[in-house]
Amino acid sequence: MRRRGGWGLKALLEIDGVTKTYPGVVANNSVSFSVGENEVHALLGENGAGKSTLVKMIYGLVRPDSGVMRFQGGTYAPASPHEARRAGVAMVFQHFSLFEALNVAENVALGMEEPPPMRTLAARIAEVSEEYGLPLDPSRVVGDLSAGERQRVEIIRCLLQDPKLLIMDEPTSVLTPQEVDILFETLRKLREEGTSILYISHKLEEIRALCDEATVLRLGEVVGNVDPKTDSARQMAEMMVGASLMTPSRDSGSFGEAKLEVAGLSIASSSPFGTSLRDVSLTVRAGEILGVGGVAGNGQDELLAALSGEALSTPGTLKLSGQDVSALGPNARRALGLLAAPEERLGHAAAPDMSLVENALLTGGVRKKLIASGFLKWTEARRFADEVIGQFDVRTPGADHAARSLSGGNLQKFVVGREVLQAPEVLVVNQPTWGVDAAAAASIRQALLDLAAGGAALVVISQDLDELMEISDSFSVLSEGRLTQPRPAAGLTVDEIGLMMGGAHDMGVAHAAG
Amino acid sequence: MIRLERRSEPNRLFAGITPVLAVVATMIAGGAMFAALGADPFVTIRTIFWDPLFSEQFASYSRPQLLVKAGPLILIAIGLSLGFRAGVWNIGAEGQYIMGAIAGAAVALAAYPLEAVWIFPAMILAGAIGGWAWAMIPAILRTRFNTNEILVSLLLVYVAEQVLASASTSWLRNPEGAGFPGSRNLAQYPSAANNEIIAGTGMHWGVAAAFIAVIAAYVLLSRHILGFNIRLAGQAPRAARFAGVSPNRLVLICFGASGALAGLAGLYEVAGPARQISIDFNVGYGFTAIIVAFLGRLHPVGILFAGLLMGLTYIGGELAQIMLGLPAAAIQSFQGMLLFFLLAGDVFTNFRVRFGGRVAA
Repeated sequence: MRRRGGWGLKALLEIDGVTKTYPGVVANNSVSFSVGENEVHALLGENGAGKSTLVKMIYGLVRPDSGVMRFQGGTYAPASPHEARRAGVAMVFQHFSLFEALNVAENVALGMEEPPPMRTLAARIAEVSEEYGLPLDPSRVVGDLSAGERQRVEIIRCLLQDPKLLIMDEPTSVLTPQEVDILFETLRKLREEGTSILYISHKLEEIRALCDEATVLRLGEVVGNVDPKTDSARQMAEMMVGASLMTPSRDSGSFGEAKLEVAGLSIASSSPFGTSLRDVSLTVRAGEILGVGGVAGNGQDELLAALSGEALSTPGTLKLSGQDVSALGPNARRALGLLAAPEERLGHAAAPDMSLVENALLTGGVRKKLIASGFLKWTEARRFADEVIGQFDVRTPGADHAARSLSGGNLQKFVVGREVLQAPEVLVVNQPTWGVDAAAAASIRQALLDLAAGGAALVVISQDLDELMEISDSFSVLSEGRLTQPRPAAGLTVDEIGLMMGGAHDMGVAHAAG
Repeated sequence: MIRLERRSEPNRLFAGITPVLAVVATMIAGGAMFAALGADPFVTIRTIFWDPLFSEQFASYSRPQLLVKAGPLILIAIGLSLGFRAGVWNIGAEGQYIMGAIAGAAVALAAYPLEAVWIFPAMILAGAIGGWAWAMIPAILRTRFNTNEILVSLLLVYVAEQVLASASTSWLRNPEGAGFPGSRNLAQYPSAANNEIIAGTGMHWGVAAAFIAVIAAYVLLSRHILGFNIRLAGQAPRAARFAGVSPNRLVLICFGASGALAGLAGLYEVAGPARQISIDFNVGYGFTAIIVAFLGRLHPVGILFAGLLMGLTYIGGELAQIMLGLPAAAIQSFQGMLLFFLLAGDVFTNFRVRFGGRVAA
């Protein structure tokens, strides 16, 4: 079954010594690899390793400074995505470019070079979706589709162009486990029919399950080619990071008394595109980590806002160590020990143009006593910022630099560290390691585990199931604003989780009208 | 092809020299405009920037005018800058200025002809309250009914002008004024007069208040949690809510502060340089202060200099109109250029210009 790409004659796409520099950073330094015909080729690397720049060059969005690309044996230098598509290269982006108010067929037509008449197109979509096992009704409005179904729209749009090479950028980040299985089936089928796939991901288990060959990038350079079928995930991870990984460790002991009690919490979303929370109940005890899974947009932001105090709830719905805090704002809750770290780093957890010292003050003012009768204690604030930078290994030239000058991972370490070092009684974090490289993610998880070991109660909201399985004591899922009954995390299988998550999605039911 | 790339951090060097560059660029472009109008550009620029301060012929009159003009501009602009930093847009300082003047003058006229030391402080208080109360109208409408504070505050300027007209023609009219519109002359009422603190300098109590406001705003913004919250709310509203800042409270505070300061400016003006409530009492300080606030980069010290510079172009502009016969519109264009170049300069603070290279469509 295995087809080797390598440097043989059968290479579909060859990248030879491609270099791309941006001011102050070499995004790709003399990168060479090739994708064979009928091959699923993985591009592995941490955030900032240069994967995106590389595929943007292949898709004609960015031009290399030097180096050569060859496609089907001929010189390949696309000046635009149009040229790339004409040559037979298609790409499914991580973030979808779909219009919610239009239906599936209209959205597909918008992304095509020469769309056929709508009736023909709808028939083609139904045909292709059935052929590849991607159930999709061409007449449905995109706004009503789940993330997985939206991705199918993008994939079908690509397939209608009959590509030789399909690029997929982190395609599973928005999918439930069952949806991932459907996607993989489709991709395998495509490979058998002669389409090569360049698959970008940092989820190693997926790459092992799907890919024939993997190229690992680190700091813009190729550090090696691995065989995902034989090399272990750990070996690949260490190659990606360039160091041996620390596995978060913990002793799962017994839990103390209930720290955070939520009962029958319902909050209407303030934004028309948000999700209202409906009858959410949960209890987290001292030393316990509750993992909250679920596909993005099912009430994660709203749950964090309700717990942090940005959104207030009806009296009696939220208790901290037995005290009703439903009517208290963020700072009053901080004073009592309930801290939070939101998902959106720039603009929510931190002010982009403010320095790290000012950002340390942003949430640390109350508990670290950085304010005396209204006046700010800058010296102490700076000391606190330096403490966070030091203890959480935040890479920055200094605390005076603006938050937006930091890389995502470093800012995330700062944001999480800022809350952890305030010694919370209860800490709520949303997506603690989103967009963070593997080494930093491991250290953030370890910090959360240590915090729980010290007697704090944690609520970790995340879309990364592996992460939740690694650190959670109990697990529940947010789906359309409802929280499932928390269950002990130990022993949960991926299928069970998928069923918990699947509440919102009618999995596998074909909408295609035949 | 020229491209702009966002800098990861604002360039501090550019932030510092942009105002200087803007003044130089304004002089060049303005000089070209004056030349096109048939005036000698060098003489015109000198008349605007140099003569008001150093000409032997005019300086003794125009030098004190500098503080007289700059004082209310700075006082109002400081108040506005707090709101602008927080993303709260009070465009109606002109109306608050008028209402402060009317409230303050009304106290004096009610007490007339009594002479007492409490009268002037009471007027100051009334002036601040008058401006504050007028500013509360858009603020409360915004917080209660989510109306647009820009429109409401702006339209209230025209309401205030009607109140001013009615005050100067009926209920505050000078009973001994032979029926002419306008109130009693407050400069001739010693307990109410806002006289020069140091004769011949133009330094009256309003200018002193402006300097105090500069210092207070500086301390507030750099050392106080309220100033921190104001900056935070303007830069990252969501982060501000996360930090526990109530947006509505901030609207009330910012409108209150800017309204009170504008009201004070009106009071000092009516009791000092303007001398009386009259139909044409307001001359647009409340609107020009918006330019001053931005020209000063919403920074208290910057506003101090911007107010002085703006005052200078006013006096110099008048001088140029009289001496060189330039149209008033040319002077206004010249002032507009200053703001234009300053805002254009901001691009270089936040962006880096790249030549060549290409990005695919």
